[in-house]
Amino acid sequence: MAYLDHAATTPMLPEALDAYVATAREVGNASSLHGPGRCARRRVEESRERIAAVLGARPSEVVFTGGGTESDNLALKGIYWSRRTELRRRVLAGAVEHHAVTDAVQWLADHEGAEITWLPVDGTGRVLPEAFAEALDDDVAVASVMWANNEVGTVQPVAELAALAAARGVPLHTDAIQAVGQVPVDYAASGAAALTVTGHKLGGPVGIGALLLGRDVPCTPLLHGGGQERDVRSGTLDVPAITAFAVAVEHAGKHQEQHAQRLAALRDELIARVRAAVPDAVLNGADPAEPGARLPGNAHFGFPGCEGDALLLLLDAQDIAVSTGSACSAGVAQPSHVLLAMGADPAAARSSLRFTLGHTSTPADLDALLTALPAAVDRARRAGLSR
Amino acid sequence: MAAARAVAAGYDVTGVHLALSRNAATHRTGARGCCTKEDAHDARRAADVLGIPFYVWDMAERFHEDVIEDFVAEYAAGRTPNPCLRCNEKIKFAAVLDRALALGFDAVVTGHHARLGADGLLRRSVDLAKDQSYVLAVLNREQLGHSMFPLGDSTKEQVRAEAHARGLAVADKPDSHDICFIADGDTQGFLRKHLGSEPGDIVDAASGEVLGRHDGAYAYTVGQRKGLALGRPAPDGRPRYVLSITPVSNTVTVGPAEALEVSQVEGARTVWTAGDPPTGPIECEVQLRAHGRPAPAVVELDGTAMNVRLRRPERGIAAGQAVVAYRPDPAGDVVLGSATITTAS
Repeated sequence: MAYLDHAATTPMLPEALDAYVATAREVGNASSLHGPGRCARRRVEESRERIAAVLGARPSEVVFTGGGTESDNLALKGIYWSRRTELRRRVLAGAVEHHAVTDAVQWLADHEGAEITWLPVDGTGRVLPEAFAEALDDDVAVASVMWANNEVGTVQPVAELAALAAARGVPLHTDAIQAVGQVPVDYAASGAAALTVTGHKLGGPVGIGALLLGRDVPCTPLLHGGGQERDVRSGTLDVPAITAFAVAVEHAGKHQEQHAQRLAALRDELIARVRAAVPDAVLNGADPAEPGARLPGNAHFGFPGCEGDALLLLLDAQDIAVSTGSACSAGVAQPSHVLLAMGADPAAARSSLRFTLGHTSTPADLDALLTALPAAVDRARRAGLSR
Repeated sequence: MAAARAVAAGYDVTGVHLALSRNAATHRTGARGCCTKEDAHDARRAADVLGIPFYVWDMAERFHEDVIEDFVAEYAAGRTPNPCLRCNEKIKFAAVLDRALALGFDAVVTGHHARLGADGLLRRSVDLAKDQSYVLAVLNREQLGHSMFPLGDSTKEQVRAEAHARGLAVADKPDSHDICFIADGDTQGFLRKHLGSEPGDIVDAASGEVLGRHDGAYAYTVGQRKGLALGRPAPDGRPRYVLSITPVSNTVTVGPAEALEVSQVEGARTVWTAGDPPTGPIECEVQLRAHGRPAPAVVELDGTAMNVRLRRPERGIAAGQAVVAYRPDPAGDVVLGSATITTAS
């Protein structure tokens, strides 16, 4: 099996899995006052400190959540609710954000009186700082621009945007789910008010994540209850998941540079070999040669005349796991809003395929892909673009 | 279950669910038959249990053009279409089959209750109550050559029991019956929405007298008795039925039951499935609606037209339905061919 879909989820690191299993054998609610409770609490707080240290945050700024979607929702809805006034109900969000952001923002518009400004991107998927500066005004409650895009891997100028936002007193949230471990991520240095990170994209478990949230950023909770996580996120803390998450974040931080170099080399080879095998394949997103412009593990191609879904099916039949990168609802692929925002026409948007590499990727994965790809493209071309 | 049997027979099977609506949630939220997200979920679960890949293919646009628009246009023209038959002809065994063949598959397998043997002949299911050979009779030999119906040898009860034994959740699903794209089952309401209100006369066939008014001729089907709302009985006190619908004058013609009787049926767009088309008249049986009984007849082809002489008169034959010719056979009646009914007299 060649697994080329690490942006969807990546295997747990052995040390994270070990930490999970060891901790899951223990009893103890981190909110309990007795011995087992104190032991659990200690694990949680140590994990919080380790994560904070890696990501350039203070421990008190780490709010554990159930994952990326929850962190994004908490940041957008929570900050919007806290800051909303009659005259301040605008939300700024990048046009290429993940659905956890776009749909939360749309919900605020549909149900909570928010007015949305979608921030335009250039042909590589990068938010235009001029457009962001222009959209910033006294009526903005919250802004959100992802650190790196999950489909095409484009890295956003978060620090530049955060400085613009801070100058207008607007809190900027950034979804850094795809970025942590692949590019340097420092919360304090970025100037963002809130930052989303999740466990399972960097070798930790699914179902655990965090929102880094400044102490001075007002945020209304989504979940009420026991008052955990400074009252912003109630719910019994998942000690094994938090422990394993911290192990994975620490590993990601420690090895980020060499990991990125290895992935980039492998990714560049993948791009060269795909182009050699399918000369008219179109690479979407930022130039991989431009330093820091693109996630090192991401390659995203359009295959003219093919449907991405058909290619996925044909490669899947050869045990090669890839993604069309677009969101599914009932499994029906819609043309990617990311590619459409980048200026692609719907047919081009539907003809694309995402290859993402991770810590278990090897040259053998590329060999398997390139063995199967030419025939798959031929077949998919014959099947054509269905109406 | 069709997939399960194909897997058991040693085929390399891939599950495909057809998305026939752009906004699936609005279609049949009660989850019966096909199309809803919940049904896609059930199908996906079944594929998981069988250990086969599963994909959703988006056929919504083709379905809209070839089935739904055709359905509305046929009613507007005073005919009574069968959308399931059209879907088989244009979607399942055309668009889906074409895509599958291009992607390297050999055949489309469906759960239709009909038998398709090695001889290439399409026969009725062993379960006559569930037989669906009628809605498959529009398929030509090329299409049938790439089709498999693994359920035709079993009764519905046997299939359900087997699904249950295999742990497939579909075992307890209600049968699909009515039209999948009309969520609430209100065909008249659906047509009214698409065709609007178009009042016209309800006319007596014998006297030409106007007996009442209607809101749109498309709301009536040949043979219909209920809902005419004529307000006064016929002079002879006997019930009146819809005899014909004339879109040009927007009239619905009514008359007594015996006036519904026809013994001559003309069909167009003939598809001959079993061997070479006959050069002369042949004795066989015909079925004139989805759940109709077979009727003895003489069938003769003239190019793509089919001429059917019924041995004894039949009632309520509506243009737009299919006439399917069968050859009675102890091993299962064989589909000879089909045509779309144009006129009946």
